[in-house]
Amino acid sequence: MGILRTFALGGIHPDENKLSSNAAIEEIPVPKQAIVPLGQNLGAPSKPIVKKGDDVKVGQLIAEAGGFISTNIHSPVSGKVFKIDNSMDASGFRRPCIIINVDGDEWDESVDTTKDLISDINIESKEIIERIKNAGIVGMGGATFPTYVKLMPPPGKTAEYLIINGVECEPYLTSDHRMMLEKGREIVIGIKILMKALNVNKAFIGIENNKPDAISHMRELVRENDDIQVQPLKVQYPQGGEKQLIKASVNREVPSGKLPIEVGCVVQNVGTAFAVYEAVQKNKPLIERVVTVTGKAVKKPSNFRVRIGTPINVLIEAAEGLPDNTGKIINGGPMMGKSITSLDMPVVKGTSGILLLEKEESSRKVEGPCIRCSKCTYVCPMGLEPFLISKAAKLGNFELAENESIMDCIECGSCQYGCPAAIPLVDYLRLGKIKVGQIMRSRKN
Amino acid sequence: MESAVDNIIIIAIGGLGGLGLIMAIILYFIANKFKVFEDPKIDEVEEALPSANCGGCGFPGCRAYAEAAVNSEKEHGNINGLNCPVGGNDVGQELGRILGLEVEDQDPMIAVVRCNGSPTNSPKKVNYEGATSCAFAHALYAGEGGCMYSCLGLGDCVDACDFDAIHMNPDTGLPVVNDKCTACGACVTACPRDIIELRKRGPKDKRIFVSCINQEKGAPAKKNCSVACIGCAKCDKVCNFDAITITSFLAYIDFEKCTLCRKCVEVCPTSAIHEVNFKPRKPRPEKPKVTTSVSDNSQNTVPSMESGKVKPDKSVIAKGIEIIETKE
Repeated sequence: MGILRTFALGGIHPDENKLSSNAAIEEIPVPKQAIVPLGQNLGAPSKPIVKKGDDVKVGQLIAEAGGFISTNIHSPVSGKVFKIDNSMDASGFRRPCIIINVDGDEWDESVDTTKDLISDINIESKEIIERIKNAGIVGMGGATFPTYVKLMPPPGKTAEYLIINGVECEPYLTSDHRMMLEKGREIVIGIKILMKALNVNKAFIGIENNKPDAISHMRELVRENDDIQVQPLKVQYPQGGEKQLIKASVNREVPSGKLPIEVGCVVQNVGTAFAVYEAVQKNKPLIERVVTVTGKAVKKPSNFRVRIGTPINVLIEAAEGLPDNTGKIINGGPMMGKSITSLDMPVVKGTSGILLLEKEESSRKVEGPCIRCSKCTYVCPMGLEPFLISKAAKLGNFELAENESIMDCIECGSCQYGCPAAIPLVDYLRLGKIKVGQIMRSRKN
Repeated sequence: MESAVDNIIIIAIGGLGGLGLIMAIILYFIANKFKVFEDPKIDEVEEALPSANCGGCGFPGCRAYAEAAVNSEKEHGNINGLNCPVGGNDVGQELGRILGLEVEDQDPMIAVVRCNGSPTNSPKKVNYEGATSCAFAHALYAGEGGCMYSCLGLGDCVDACDFDAIHMNPDTGLPVVNDKCTACGACVTACPRDIIELRKRGPKDKRIFVSCINQEKGAPAKKNCSVACIGCAKCDKVCNFDAITITSFLAYIDFEKCTLCRKCVEVCPTSAIHEVNFKPRKPRPEKPKVTTSVSDNSQNTVPSMESGKVKPDKSVIAKGIEIIETKE
């Protein structure tokens, strides 16, 4: 097999803890009430087009895109719109949501609900992008960037490679792994659709070597396609980052502050490829996703296919309840996820996992002084000096932070993971990114 | 031998002295050529300023303010809109004297913290253990009590203050402003939630303000915090001076119009309106029925708890009890 490829700089290898990798994807019953937030994507929130008391069906458009970088939202359930009001999101802020009381499960007529596999792609690139846009598809890895925007390279730029992200480098999470095992055929068709939309001839599926079953399964499926290649990668966090994955699979480096299209690459998650298949071939908008519910104390670590808008506590109940000694509930993986403040928050398009940490493992250590051991600098995948930039941000020297390329930080948490002094480096890096971002925007205006 | 040494000394002194003279002449001409005229008033004004270099006036330091003031006097004949909040009216008058202007007195201001969400009023629902920075915490989550407008209690305002005028109260977890406040506005800009506002100091430091900035509807606001403004508009109705406005379920008292009558404080059902530095209220005249029953005991000094308007004052009640005991 030779030496496996990976990205060049830094990286760490935390305990994988993929507890739910053998748990097949389960369907969760439709909840009694669905809370559908209007801001589910990176960029502008969507605008509601239904009113209180309206009857909605599954897959019906309920909110329109509120700008260029914004997406449509479709009803994940059928029933009556209870109200359009503020409800709690993951961070505890109350933001506008459409709350629907569920009544039955009636689907919109336009959606093909049969289970047949449709492999012929008989529409053109423009229409594919239009359908993806209408279906409200966003990056399913967690960043929730609208997919159709990525499929339209800016003038003068062309895409050469499509890179499919099946890395799932976050510990604990297994939703992409299970998707590849169970929905491999659909994903391959989704990849073909994306290749047609982008007009590229070569696609790579990057999968880390800790998922040998997924690698062999996907290899089997793409055997007849010379243009799609499965690329096994060495296990290294944060390989799932766009820039790291491009470096690992095609050995190109995205320049600082630029997008992957600059080096002719477009990266999409396997979950996105599946959603694209459903949207283009089945006319089914993005109304459900696979969420991993896991944790060392969880009785039944599982992967669930849930409707968007299902409250988190329904998922936790399905995984046989909240363990007694839960200290922290994290939306996402342990490295980049954020802890949530309430179990009432709904699953949104970007929810890839719910991680329940025990009290002992969740609390932070007491911060000590920096001893300049430079472990953070060794592991930084972007080649930054986290100790210096975070200190600059902490002390308010945003000019220094900007000059030291704070905006290149991908907030992967590798630096903080290995810090022997337990300094909350990422906290200050995030603070610095917020402040430097504000300064840069005000400079532009 | 001796004469040779003398010669060397004389040559050295003469040579260096001559060189120095030539340089001095060159420098004299250069200095004249590139002379920058600076109004001597700028120095005088700078001298009169408090030299805090806090930036409260909107200029980067006292020198910049002095330049701006002198320029404004030259161009517009007044220094309206340029006031040094730290120096106050004394410095204002001094500047007027230097620049030969009539300077109007400004009302002294003070920073006011408009949140009362202590753990007692807004019980903790989650524990925060991230970086000690309000700006970061604000981007991360709503707050330990659940209110998304509440003070995060991590002290960005305290760090911003150059005058030792704002401190955290460890019991309530809220910042407290003391008399040293110069209204420079550093804490106002530092607060990511705009909780701190500059308000008029008021006569004898008496102030009335709504100690809440929660713009949610009454029910969710009250759910998270017992002293939140619920936008019931009772204060607006009772105000005779049109000083109270209600926007998005939040009352705001205009300190220019407020006459400090304290009517709004009494009617507020959640005690969200605060009065500061007022004398304790006189006991209200009791309702006729109650008066007849109580007057037999001649306990007029004891305020009636039934009225609900008067906060229980332990000293008075204790006194009352004492009276009863002596009578017996």
